[in-house]
Amino acid sequence: MKKVRNLDHGADSLVTVRRSRINPLYTLIGAVVLSGLLTWAPWFLPAADVSILQNFFILVIMATMWNLLAGYAGMVSIGQQGFIGLGAYAVLYFAIKGVNPFVAIPLAIIVCAIIALPVTYLLLRLRGGYFSVATWVVANTAMLLILSFTLLGGGTGAALPGLVNLSPDQLNHDRYLSTWFVALVVVVATYLLLRSRLGLVLSSVRDNEVASRSSGTKVTSTRRLIFIVAAAGCGAAGAVLAISQPFIQPGNEFSLSWTAQMLFVSMIGGLGTIEGPILGSIIFFALQQWLQNWGAWYLIIFGAVAVSIAIWQPRGLWGIVRDKFHFELLPVGYRVNDATREPVPRKSDGPSWRSRFARKKDGPESVAT
Amino acid sequence: MSEQVGGEYPRTPLLEVAELTVHHGQLCAVDQVSLSVRAGEVLAVIGANGAGKSTLLRTIAGLHRPTAGSISFEGDNISKLATHRRVRRGISLVPEGRRLFVSLTVEENIKVGAQSAGPGPFNLKAMYELFPWMPERRHQKVGQLSGGEQQAVAIARALVANPKVLLIDEVSLGLAPIVIERIYEFIPRIVDQGVGVLLVEQDVTQALAVATRVHCLLEGKTSLVGVPTELTPAAIEAAYFGSDVAHGAAEGPTS
Amino acid sequence: MIWVNTVIEGVLVGSFYALFACGLSLMFGVMKIINLAHGDMAVVAGYTAIFLVPKFHLAPVWSFVVVVPIFALFGYVLQRTLLQKAIDRDPFTTLLVTFGLSVIIENLLLEIYTANGQSIDIGVLISKSWQVSSTLTISYFSLVVMAVAVAVLLSLQLFLSRTGTGRQIRAVSDDREAAQLCGTNYRHIFGIASAIAFATVALAGIAYGISTEFFPSSGGANLLFAFEAVVIGGIGSLWGTLLGGVLLGVSQQLGAHFSPAYQVLGGNILFLAVLAVRPQGLFGKRTEM
Repeated sequence: MKKVRNLDHGADSLVTVRRSRINPLYTLIGAVVLSGLLTWAPWFLPAADVSILQNFFILVIMATMWNLLAGYAGMVSIGQQGFIGLGAYAVLYFAIKGVNPFVAIPLAIIVCAIIALPVTYLLLRLRGGYFSVATWVVANTAMLLILSFTLLGGGTGAALPGLVNLSPDQLNHDRYLSTWFVALVVVVATYLLLRSRLGLVLSSVRDNEVASRSSGTKVTSTRRLIFIVAAAGCGAAGAVLAISQPFIQPGNEFSLSWTAQMLFVSMIGGLGTIEGPILGSIIFFALQQWLQNWGAWYLIIFGAVAVSIAIWQPRGLWGIVRDKFHFELLPVGYRVNDATREPVPRKSDGPSWRSRFARKKDGPESVAT
Repeated sequence: MSEQVGGEYPRTPLLEVAELTVHHGQLCAVDQVSLSVRAGEVLAVIGANGAGKSTLLRTIAGLHRPTAGSISFEGDNISKLATHRRVRRGISLVPEGRRLFVSLTVEENIKVGAQSAGPGPFNLKAMYELFPWMPERRHQKVGQLSGGEQQAVAIARALVANPKVLLIDEVSLGLAPIVIERIYEFIPRIVDQGVGVLLVEQDVTQALAVATRVHCLLEGKTSLVGVPTELTPAAIEAAYFGSDVAHGAAEGPTS
Repeated sequence: MIWVNTVIEGVLVGSFYALFACGLSLMFGVMKIINLAHGDMAVVAGYTAIFLVPKFHLAPVWSFVVVVPIFALFGYVLQRTLLQKAIDRDPFTTLLVTFGLSVIIENLLLEIYTANGQSIDIGVLISKSWQVSSTLTISYFSLVVMAVAVAVLLSLQLFLSRTGTGRQIRAVSDDREAAQLCGTNYRHIFGIASAIAFATVALAGIAYGISTEFFPSSGGANLLFAFEAVVIGGIGSLWGTLLGGVLLGVSQQLGAHFSPAYQVLGGNILFLAVLAVRPQGLFGKRTEM
């Protein structure tokens, strides 16, 4: 059957390339509807749920950034809390200097990107575990330096000025909308970044660094760019964290538990996919709500699941979904459907159920050409 | 040398590889290769670069998992045995590129090999007799040795485990011809002790000189099997490069 | 004189860091992994000493007799199961898994033993000290810790260079595959290296618990110092680790000399400076990175 088709059409005509099985138009319509609902959320959801949603978006930002670093560029940073803290404290600093805290969010993002640049020259020479622990030392150093500024409240922390003249309702709305907007920008920007040429470079580095280096890929500068983007993104998370809390404290903003959360979330959701960190964040919040009277057990269980997934199912939950159903909502790569290279069933007496199933799904694409 | 095989040692093979197939990812490196090695004989596996020789040897040693086929040793199927257990059963590999322990001295390298040794004639002292230059340099780090000396240490390290079958991978790689010759002088002395040798070699002349039987691989498949004295250079060339196979060269003696 | 005091205190603290760090260094040298749960293991050792040892009717000062063997066994088992599985995948997974373990352990301790501080009480022994001069007193306990650190490093060095197992450990860290071809079961050797590393970190954890109050979250800072000591000295070199620990201790004391808030900062600055100038560490080889 297969052979006949090869003879009829020639090998080339059977190869089709597309990004996903799902029509991108449907994804776009779905995304627009969902975005509209989420923007409208504070007007129809109770305040407690809006606050949960807001924390969820902060986690999505962090996890997306960690996924960009580790899942796409292979850099296991355990020091991202450094940029979260710096982002939060940058907002505090600008607010103390009289800038509207909401206006200070983009400024904080820029500050984090600028600080990240010299840091890359120190860190990007290191590999693997060296890199990991060094990022942590950098985060620790950043916290210690912030502690020594009495203007920023030192070890005890400080309240964010500039929010008192807003009514509580107005404040909650503004907090929610700014967080939601930042999360949207971060996810969309990451998606576009990975769909660009850079995404291709990253996957070649991930597959074989030496080969892509020798074929002219600028590995280090790509890594540098990703590190700076992730620093800016985590700075953004820190900035929205700062405006969502009454009080800013170094022990909280620079806490390693942020990195633990973003790591677990992207591992469970699926490293190296855009959807994974979002899925992971949903599961994390569900578990946290479900076990809210059980102290830190949600983190223990989540951590145990994350460790098991890292060992037995490293592509995470979204990876399983994607492989099983050939299904991507936000595809960044391409699927090559090459009918000529499909494994031919060993038995000659007709295809097995599995291969018939596969052919049925591949059918229209092959015939269409 | 083929005379020795006659009566002294049992005719049943020590090592028997049947229909062995090995994949590197999608690539089929070894395709249904069968061969056997008896005590006191040298089987030389020849073939061009990338013919699957090293993969074959590494699979026999246990470093790759075969996709199909079996490896038997003294009648037992050892296809699933871990590498270090195969060494204890009596299969040692001298790996390509020597792979010495660079932070260890000459003597320490050999002692690591001797640590899980079975009974037999080879021990540290025997090695020092086999390679007379060794005793006075035994406390040097192996990095200070020449390529040929390093190769000798690699062979000694494998020999002190007292293998029944010694696998040797590309012993001549990167060595000067005079050094290669000196290394090959030792092989008959090893075989004299009843060890079966399976060696992989790109240098066909060298391999033919020492081999009892020859097995040629071409793109992972067996292209020729025979006794060196009965093979014509043309037949070997055809099996080695894969040209002319259709023109009857493959009809050469395949015993 | 005040500088001499600072340096002496730095050396004493630094040798403790070296005791903490030698297991980390050994595991990195042999298995090429950084155990991000290393610091938490020390804290677990402290809790084990407090809550398990009294059941053996032992004086707290002897708790290492019970805890060290338990940890050696624990290290072997953890390596042969979870860590080996992670190593079989890739170094990336090992980092994720050990970091996950670290968070799990910390939160488990928090749930079981609360966030309250604990310490191992050895009674009057801790307060005995030696009045060197009018401005310098050295506690006997810190001298004991220094002696233990030097003894541990020395015996580890001897074990690695003189025994058959030590030789196999070095062979495996040079070339895992070649060691297998010599009949060495590298997984078993990994297990032994882990057992040693966990035994030393248990010692360090007990010493830490005796000298200061500790919390479920103390592991992080300890890992940080241990890692800094290892990197400053150069990974893979045990004496480098001792020197790294001492240099770290001294620079922390120098930092504290300016302001108590600068103690950790002083160590971090030395660490970052070493990374910038000589990333392989003072005694490390370039290739070991």
